[in-house]
Amino acid sequence: MYSYNDFDEAFVRSRVAQFRGQVERRIDGSLTEDEFKPLRLMNGLYLQLHAYMLRVAVPYGTLSADQMRKLAYIADRWDKGYGHFTTRQNIQYNWPKLQDVPDMLDALADVGMHAIQTSGNTIRNVTADHFAGAAADEIEDPRAIAELLRQWSTDHPEFQFLPRKFKIAVTGAAHDRAVTKAHDIGLRMVRNDAGEPGFEVIVGGGLGRTPMVGKVLRAFLPKADLLPYCEAIVSVYNLLGRRDNKYKARIKITVHENGLEKIQELVEERFAAIREGFSGHDQELLAEIESAFAPPAFTTKSTDGFEAARLANPAFRSWTDTNLADHKADGYAIVSISIKKHGATPGDATSDQMRVMADLAEQYGHGELRISHEQNVILPHVHKADLAAVYAALREADLATANIGLASDIIACPGMDYCALATARSIPIAQEIATRFDKLKIEHEIGQLKIKISGCINACGHHHVGHIGILGLDRAGVENYQITLGGDGTETTTIGERAGPGFSAEEIVPAIERLVTGYLGLRSDADETFLQTYRRLGMEPFKAILYPAEEKANAA
Amino acid sequence: MPRTFSPKVVTANALLEGDAVWLTEANTWTRDISEAELMTDEAHADLRLLEAQSRVDEIAGAYLADAKAGEAGPEPTHFRETFRTRGPSNYAHGKQVELS
Repeated sequence: MYSYNDFDEAFVRSRVAQFRGQVERRIDGSLTEDEFKPLRLMNGLYLQLHAYMLRVAVPYGTLSADQMRKLAYIADRWDKGYGHFTTRQNIQYNWPKLQDVPDMLDALADVGMHAIQTSGNTIRNVTADHFAGAAADEIEDPRAIAELLRQWSTDHPEFQFLPRKFKIAVTGAAHDRAVTKAHDIGLRMVRNDAGEPGFEVIVGGGLGRTPMVGKVLRAFLPKADLLPYCEAIVSVYNLLGRRDNKYKARIKITVHENGLEKIQELVEERFAAIREGFSGHDQELLAEIESAFAPPAFTTKSTDGFEAARLANPAFRSWTDTNLADHKADGYAIVSISIKKHGATPGDATSDQMRVMADLAEQYGHGELRISHEQNVILPHVHKADLAAVYAALREADLATANIGLASDIIACPGMDYCALATARSIPIAQEIATRFDKLKIEHEIGQLKIKISGCINACGHHHVGHIGILGLDRAGVENYQITLGGDGTETTTIGERAGPGFSAEEIVPAIERLVTGYLGLRSDADETFLQTYRRLGMEPFKAILYPAEEKANAA
Repeated sequence: MPRTFSPKVVTANALLEGDAVWLTEANTWTRDISEAELMTDEAHADLRLLEAQSRVDEIAGAYLADAKAGEAGPEPTHFRETFRTRGPSNYAHGKQVELS
């Protein structure tokens, strides 16, 4: 993993000191809220419904055990003993007090973390495949590139006041787990005809009120050109992007309004102009960073115990069936720890749970943890011989829910329980759906299903790319939930289609149950997933299930 | 016909804690909406908001929120404002436990 050098350390400390002064001036009244707001947002501090909220960047979703422990410490010392992992691989604290925030930032700096550029119209935390460095289907670990992008984008003088926020995601694998096609820039590692690794550069994807699937700007970009090329894209956007209308300011609109060809032309022109300026220093830096991401020293040992434990313990077997993924090293597995216990708040972990996960990472996982955009925690490198011990420890900590990828593994934004922008609540809907499916005991039978809930049109809960998406709205002063179907956030990214009129808070969970149990009757066989059935049959049969009364009225 | 003015309270977030507060007739900030000043006159409400907004070292983001007269005092009329009087629904945190 990358560790801060002296430059990083000094930079982050100086930003904390600067912010400390700003907070002092806000508290004594010498800064008004209007003056302070842009300053606090630059440091990840929001003012929400019930309290301030501090959003801390987890760079490309990677954490060390020490960093995770520090997050737990911060939760205990200055918050309410828990943290919320987000769909951008960040962690949010929901209850900090203004005067404590500089101390929280100092504590983060102790472990090489910060909250810089987790808000504002800047390049945000670069996200990555949460299986990076471990996935069996990976060309290369994309995190070195993500770290290079982090260093380049942090405090980049040209890009501190972009037309709107700017999000970059990167994956090194064929299977896209990083939703790259729904980002301002998506980078997907591919090989050219000569077998050399490079990137497919995708631009102009995004969710929110105008969801768009990203378009390929360059089918193959050599790795060495990545930084100047990204700089060219952001630089073109910085000049061309609209500043007259916040809702038309993201690069997806710039690409849509100007056309991909025009953007291509401008980016290539800009790239040609600045390429020479990158005289190789970036490549030296990249080489250094790459060495920091060298794979851990994998060990070889027998997996007989693992197989025996699977046979002996059905609960363990069920967990290994859902929560493990293929690792590139022999005898290893990638463990997804579900932060979605049935009925719990998606993405919330207590400080005790954070410490347990940190300990497990240290003892069994080569010291590494990851946060996924699906709001779970990953132990990327666990030997199969250690899985039974890991599972037992997770069970003790209430972290052994076997539901990864299933109906109750729901993404939900904080919604109107916390967020000042929300138009309805998300969390209680997620809690009720998970509880309901657990009670019915059918989620294993249902199989792979992605339910994603957003509490407003900004789509932090990725509802557009949920197989079932739920969008909470305010309809004449009442919470109302719209359903979209057929969304997909992988390499075959698709924006879900709206099914019809929304449902009240009381009706939405029964509607989802109707939809999913109805699917069981529609699928061709037990292997056909909800998404596959939807793609085969289209909206109509699902609509008939969702709105049975209307079907009858039409027939009458 | 001129549109009717729906009664309002002045509300904001406390500067240090960030939680919801309401302006009282006595010019203090209360954490209990029932103690707030309910205003039925638009000009008076606008003036009170201006006064509230000038108190920069006490609060942030003051605005006028719809409210109605209840038995114990003003009550919110929109669910968002109701949530602000009690806290989140997933944990017993915020005003629902701090006020009791």
